[in-house]
Amino acid sequence: MGVRKVEKNSLKRTSLQKGLRQWVAVAPFILIGFVFVCIFVIYPQIKNIWMSLTEYNIMQPSKSVFIGLQNYAKAFVGDEHDKFWMAFRNVILYGVFTIPAGMIIGLILAVLVNGVKRFGTFFRAMLYLPVLIDWIVVSIIFLYLFADGKAGLVNYYLMKLHILQQPISWFSDTWTANAVIWIFGIWKSVGWVMIIYLAGLQGISKDIYEAAEIDGATGTQRFWKITVPLIKPTTYYVLINLIIGSFNVFFAVYMLTSGGPVGTTDVLQNYMYNQAFKYMNFGYACAISVITGLSIMLLTVFRDKFFKYERK
Amino acid sequence: MKKYSGQIIKHIVLWLFVIISIIPFLSMISTSFSQAMYELPYPPRILPDTVNFANYAKIIKEDNFARYFLNSVFLSTVVTVCVLFISAMSAYGFARFDFPFKKVVFNLYLFTMMVPGVLNLIAQYSVISRMRLVNTYMGILLLMVGGGIAGNTFFLRGFFEDIPHELEESVVIDGGGRWCIFWHIVLPLSKPALGTLGIGIFSGVWSDFFTVLTFIKDSDKWTLPVALQLLRGEHATEWGLVMAASVLLFVPELIMFIIVQKNFVQSVGGEGAVKG
Repeated sequence: MGVRKVEKNSLKRTSLQKGLRQWVAVAPFILIGFVFVCIFVIYPQIKNIWMSLTEYNIMQPSKSVFIGLQNYAKAFVGDEHDKFWMAFRNVILYGVFTIPAGMIIGLILAVLVNGVKRFGTFFRAMLYLPVLIDWIVVSIIFLYLFADGKAGLVNYYLMKLHILQQPISWFSDTWTANAVIWIFGIWKSVGWVMIIYLAGLQGISKDIYEAAEIDGATGTQRFWKITVPLIKPTTYYVLINLIIGSFNVFFAVYMLTSGGPVGTTDVLQNYMYNQAFKYMNFGYACAISVITGLSIMLLTVFRDKFFKYERK
Repeated sequence: MKKYSGQIIKHIVLWLFVIISIIPFLSMISTSFSQAMYELPYPPRILPDTVNFANYAKIIKEDNFARYFLNSVFLSTVVTVCVLFISAMSAYGFARFDFPFKKVVFNLYLFTMMVPGVLNLIAQYSVISRMRLVNTYMGILLLMVGGGIAGNTFFLRGFFEDIPHELEESVVIDGGGRWCIFWHIVLPLSKPALGTLGIGIFSGVWSDFFTVLTFIKDSDKWTLPVALQLLRGEHATEWGLVMAASVLLFVPELIMFIIVQKNFVQSVGGEGAVKG
């Protein structure tokens, strides 16, 4: 018995030594990165949760008061609940209005680009341009396009076509302002949807289409009976990513309306940012950040469960 | 004949969408060439009627945009080099070494990627302010480098794992160590992957807005996006100036897009060749 115990101990020691040796060997490669990730990403993520449970004092952090879940209560049912739910509502509405339109247009574009015999690369690049150019530039362009008065480009053409009698002041009404944000969202995301669908379409064998054509199926039939069912996995992938995208809406709102008029176009991230850096409610803003982060994480876990091949 | 008309219809519809997607850019460029004025040009322009660089000259000379441009180039370059270097080393560690808790550490990296960076900004602000690095480039450099490592390590590890072991064994036979393999085999073989990721990191920092806006208070340290937004606040109705500044921000992005597009097409071709 005793001998075996000694053996076991020495075995443990050697495996410990081996582990240590392995760490010493790999440390020069991974240690710097690990320290960076720990200090500037993981630690803030944990601190974020802790801050959300306090009345955080940014000037003297040691004077922060622990208040439990009061910040969360404030958002869900307390003083700020109408503003919080307004921001939440706008996130949902953004999803409802931009996702179906973006997916349908994106799919149509992908099928068309996949079907042209020439200039496919050209069309793909041109249609992808809005995705690539960063939010601030395209936001400024949209502010310009939807500018007030008769010299705003959109107003000008809508009046020329006699759709409008008077120029609209787009950003001063809740629903026209939201509509501009949604149009912007669709315009910016369609190119991405197209690229993902193109990849999906290229995975479908040409033989199936040829067989269907010989059997006399029309183009529309081929689209509904072959293309749509076979790219279902891509459709789910795009859908979940776009839902995650709606929880990430920030820049469009920050730049186009900054939440106005009177907070009625606000979204979660913009609301969080203003609570922190405009009103200095750091603890409360952290609670909003945790709520948004958890929603996004749940969706991400859900996505990755269904799309394991994405992270091979 | 029927097929031919189908192609024509497809081209027409696609052109329609191409026009919708590029009209905003065209009107931006046209407006940036217009004469300086304090209200919107009427009727609004889509195609330029004059080519006039007065707006560009004014923002570069009077509004300090040359400085902001250099600031952006500096930050983007430093972050790109640091992130690529650190991520490549980490990825090599994860791809070719065995060590206890390797899976745990790697999954921790993956886990951090689930939460978008913006949501971390408040806690990061408190960390950086404790380190007394608010309003310094050091502060945002540390944050941006830290934020870029997990994702790039993840992608590069996948790439490194595909490099055949035989290539490395030849170095070992010649008496080379791990560093030798890393420098002389792994990095040179990964040039395309490093290039693509590098452009991604560069354009990410180039278009970053909230980190700089939140952490930098001095106007001489602003980057292009922040300066552009504040210029818009100052000269709200001088669209010519604002659009000229936007073009300055947008042209480098366009160039990077063209480079990526070229590489992207090549890499797809390469994959097909292997599979075929």
